[in-house]
Amino acid sequence: MEAAGVSNPLTRSGPGHGRRKATNKVMEVVATVATVIAVAVLAIVIVSVFIKGVGAINIDFLTHVPAPFGQTGGGIADAIVGSLILVAISSVIAIPIGILIAIYTNEFAPPRISSIVRFALDILNGVPTIVTGIFVFGIIVVGHIDIFGIIKLGGAQSGWAGGIGLAIVMLPIVARSAQEVLLLVPRALHEAALALGLRRWRIVTRIVVPTAIGGMITGAVLGVARVAGETAPLLFTSSIFSELGITTNPSQALPNIPVKIFELSESPAPSDHQAAWAAALLLILFVLALNIVARTFHERSRRRIRA
Amino acid sequence: MSTASAAEPARGPLQPAKKLADRIGDPLLKWLCALAAFIGVAVILWIAYTVFDKASPAISKFGLGFIGTTSWNPQTLKFGAGDWIFGTIVSALVALLIAAPTSVAIALYLTELAPRALRRPVAILVELLAAIPSVILGLWGIIVLGPFLNNHLEPALHSVLGWIPLFGGSPSPYGMLNAALILTIMAVPIISAITREVFETTPVDLKEGAYALGATRWEMVKMVILPYARPGVVGAVMLGLGRALGEAIAVTQVIGNLGEIKASLFAPAGTLAAQIANEYQGATSSLQIASLVYLAAILLVISLLVNIAARMIVRRVTVQRA
Repeated sequence: MEAAGVSNPLTRSGPGHGRRKATNKVMEVVATVATVIAVAVLAIVIVSVFIKGVGAINIDFLTHVPAPFGQTGGGIADAIVGSLILVAISSVIAIPIGILIAIYTNEFAPPRISSIVRFALDILNGVPTIVTGIFVFGIIVVGHIDIFGIIKLGGAQSGWAGGIGLAIVMLPIVARSAQEVLLLVPRALHEAALALGLRRWRIVTRIVVPTAIGGMITGAVLGVARVAGETAPLLFTSSIFSELGITTNPSQALPNIPVKIFELSESPAPSDHQAAWAAALLLILFVLALNIVARTFHERSRRRIRA
Repeated sequence: MSTASAAEPARGPLQPAKKLADRIGDPLLKWLCALAAFIGVAVILWIAYTVFDKASPAISKFGLGFIGTTSWNPQTLKFGAGDWIFGTIVSALVALLIAAPTSVAIALYLTELAPRALRRPVAILVELLAAIPSVILGLWGIIVLGPFLNNHLEPALHSVLGWIPLFGGSPSPYGMLNAALILTIMAVPIISAITREVFETTPVDLKEGAYALGATRWEMVKMVILPYARPGVVGAVMLGLGRALGEAIAVTQVIGNLGEIKASLFAPAGTLAAQIANEYQGATSSLQIASLVYLAAILLVISLLVNIAARMIVRRVTVQRA
């Protein structure tokens, strides 16, 4: 039973059916192989870091400061402490501001302003982190900030400068993910609260934020994971250290793990590469753990909001 | 007691009370949030202003000619961005040439082919690639990928395709190809994640229609999904481009940081971002620092343009279809 005139080129019995099936098969294989390669690259990188780093990690490496120039041994305790302080400074700045921005765009702002703010955050997210580093270098390291004499910064590298650089990288991540979660808070909860005569700020603090808190924490944790491994904002702001040893004063440049890995990786000495791998293992474990925690949390809070 | 309840007969616990907390609370929270939003928007303007301001000594000395000048000489104080702009564009384009098709293929696998139980876990694994800190990818690029390129891949490419200038020249562990491959690894998770989301918005009716006409799976993809998702894929690729243009650390670790324009992908080169990172301790004169900041200003303009275009495309696609 041939259709008169028009022939459908797609029919099973049509011309080139075998070729069409073969093309389909090839494309399926291509797609599968591409995915396998991507996952394999992830595995190869992680396994490389494990194999090369695990031998050099021991208690001394974690608890000692670097050996003086020319001597072997020593560890990265100074960089661990410095990184923790830098990440803490950036979190204290970026997480509250990010969440407040999200509350503003989703609860208070007129749609037009809200979309401008969202756009600005996306653009901020696209600023190369080395440019962020140069910016902080410009305003704090070679410039000065003086806010009514209360906060005075400037003239040198410092933990504050590094922390502010990391905070700028973290801010759009925290704010955008908080915005996404706030969108998931059911409209009905809102309307019920309004109908009961609750004030806006009470709705936000008692209903909206508690409902969305899981997702907000997820965003914050992902932000922390991102900046924990950021090197570029720190190169010009917290990379030149006056003394060996643990520094906890953010008015001075703080040694940190990403810059340490960067410097060790550029060194020609094999023992430095060994130490770089060990520091990389520490960092990658931290970052992957945070990512896994965040994703588990995310799943759970999504399910709770939907339920 | 009875008089009190008579005075406020119907007051439930949720009735608006004229308490001080309420009078202050609403405007306070609103303005606090508005201030935060203002900071968010102001930072981006402040970044742009500061970068151009601190670059001004170099801008006034070299002018726009800086962009085309291929010289970076701290001794003679002659600086130009030409080599670095060339390296930035070539490394990002080579990375995208590999990353874009790979990412589309991954997105197709994850939306159309993979068994349902595998889809989420595999998607998460691909996205985890983006979580690897760039300094670690760079370390891996120096010690694992570099020697592999130098000893195996580049000689093989050279012997087969050596007549093309791109694959001419002698193999080297540091160079454009190494940087482009590292950038590919960084761009793939970004492009594939967005592409996957766009693919998932394809109406099921259209897909079933194609199948009903007897199309194979690939024909359905070619005739329905790809045309439908094209703008979204373009936006996703441009976001990947933004990532690749701006990466400093990993690139400076593997590209060799030489200001030379060579046809060969094996040769060392440099990019805007990598050159800034490379000289973080070596810049001594104020003109050299201003020139580095000038590089940052150029990089900022390029990546802002790419990102704004990408966001507008992606936003239009998702808003239309939401």
